[in-house]
Amino acid sequence: MELIVSGLSVARGGIAVLEGLSFSVSEGEALVLRGPNGSGKTTLLRTVAGLQPPLKGHIGLEHEAMAYAGHSDGIKSVLTVQENLQFWADVFETGCIVPALQAFDLTSLANRPAGGLSAGQKRRLGLARMVVSGRPVWVLDEPTVSLDAASVAMFAEAVRAHLAAGGLALLATHIDLGLSEAKMLDVTPFKAVPPEIDDFDGAFL
Amino acid sequence: MIALLIRDLRLAVRAGGGFGLGLAFFLIVVVLVPFGVGPESGLLSTIAPGILWLGALLACLLSLDRILALDWEDGSLDLLATAPVPMEAIVSIKALAHWITTGLPLVLVAPVLGLLLNLPGAGYGPLVLSLLIGTPALSVIGTFGAALTVGLKRGGLLLSLLVLPLYVPTLIFGAEMARRSIEGMDATPPLLMLAGITCGTIALLPFASAAVLRVNLR
Repeated sequence: MELIVSGLSVARGGIAVLEGLSFSVSEGEALVLRGPNGSGKTTLLRTVAGLQPPLKGHIGLEHEAMAYAGHSDGIKSVLTVQENLQFWADVFETGCIVPALQAFDLTSLANRPAGGLSAGQKRRLGLARMVVSGRPVWVLDEPTVSLDAASVAMFAEAVRAHLAAGGLALLATHIDLGLSEAKMLDVTPFKAVPPEIDDFDGAFL
Repeated sequence: MIALLIRDLRLAVRAGGGFGLGLAFFLIVVVLVPFGVGPESGLLSTIAPGILWLGALLACLLSLDRILALDWEDGSLDLLATAPVPMEAIVSIKALAHWITTGLPLVLVAPVLGLLLNLPGAGYGPLVLSLLIGTPALSVIGTFGAALTVGLKRGGLLLSLLVLPLYVPTLIFGAEMARRSIEGMDATPPLLMLAGITCGTIALLPFASAAVLRVNLR
């Protein structure tokens, strides 16, 4: 399995933000996207995950292969940690949530209502969903926000285990995850040229 | 899909889920109407089917913006969209969960509230039947409205304005069916129209809702 993206242009609100982007991620590889705020990383990841259509170009994998984690974790505060995770396990038809709880050190919190968790714990619950999804391609948008150093290491370990099992990962992050084997891609050079302002009216003024 | 239905029902009955909201509103409307129009029992029996239907419709409207907005706010909708469940199934399940938590309790409590409005004896069966057949359409149409307004903050007003005209046929035929049976006329034509509207909306609107939701999630 290989994720090949060729000549991709993505748009946000009808305006192109990235143009002519090509990269490939093969089995067991992680690709880390870099770039300043507003450079289009989130839009790129949402496009790859199939939440919005690309402006141009081609994404070489079905959306069914991807598991997406965005800025919000989709956690219901009145359900317990276990109920939250079990729901996603049922939706993705993978069943067992125990390994995911263990990977993110959530076992002791399993029966707590998710509303009572700290921001970092919620994030860990959100990331545990990726393990539960059982999908080969992880598309992660700033996964380490509000995580402490130990949790970042825990997350890096989970990504490594996923890659070792033949998975792929595409991440946007600003901090060093300690994933030394990961490839880097700076999206800044692919910034779309802003459309020329139509000066048609100007001729009449 | 079953998991989604169970989750939605569980969310509705837990704290802050708004399970009793529609029911309480329905009760308040029906209890207050006799105070407003006076205690004359003949007048009350005349307007009872209409008031009960109107109360049920408004109670249903009250909870519409919860169908998708909560999932949109906490990001679950994005995640559901990438899950291996088609969007059409997601909106159908959402509408079903809304009907079970709002429409069905209204149907069950309507005969009790009919007593308060001096509903004539012949009207109970047809009223419950018309609500049972009509309220699923309210939930399905409401889910479509919720999908249209999902990205808007405080979209409740726009949602009501969009959905109310679409509710009118259901209201007309639903109340008409109960009224006709009370007056001893043949209630089959409005019953068939009501059933037709419900079947049509259930068959077609999930596709429209899913298409609209896909555009709104971009």
